[in-house]
Amino acid sequence: MMNHYETVFITTPVLSDVQMKEAVEKFKGILKESGAEIVHEEDWGLKKLAYPIQKKSTGFYYLIEFKAEGPAIQKLEIEYRRDERVIRFLTFRMDKFSVAYSIKKRSKKETKAEA
Amino acid sequence: MAQNQSEIRYLTPPTVEIKKKKYCRFKKNKIRYIDYKDPEFLKKFINEQGKILPRRLTGTSLKYQRKVAKAVKRARHLAFLPYVTDMLK
Repeated sequence: MMNHYETVFITTPVLSDVQMKEAVEKFKGILKESGAEIVHEEDWGLKKLAYPIQKKSTGFYYLIEFKAEGPAIQKLEIEYRRDERVIRFLTFRMDKFSVAYSIKKRSKKETKAEA
Repeated sequence: MAQNQSEIRYLTPPTVEIKKKKYCRFKKNKIRYIDYKDPEFLKKFINEQGKILPRRLTGTSLKYQRKVAKAVKRARHLAFLPYVTDMLK
């Protein structure tokens, strides 16, 4: 049964945009390989961290919302741990309330974009 | 002796706090999911040092207090909220 997941990861600010795009593509590729279906993505770009992580006080945030099987998550997390560009990550299994919340938020953003 | 003790006069009359009926804001306006990604909303539930406020102050019900705690801990993990700070607000 395909569960709904949401993963956010922070990469070091030292990266150039190209490297950042490449890292994102890499993780999306891993997800596609393990049969995941990406529903939504958000790039928050460079944001200030509330506390320094690995002596850095800013980081690139990236969010991916996707549907996947259970074991796919373990593969994804191993890749996160192996990749030294990613300094922090969090994957979260969405229940029906969070799915409804994100859909509502996305539709609100679209209407705002059109308006 | 006991008599004059009760005559202690206060400089300022002791203000008895009027008991404000606390309500769970989540039940009231039907919020079902607390997003760990927007720190502005979570800031209402932590004090200046960044600690999570207890239920007796915020008045939230147990079910939603647990959701708030989990969301705050996730926000801290992703550096949206600091673990400990001073004069956060």
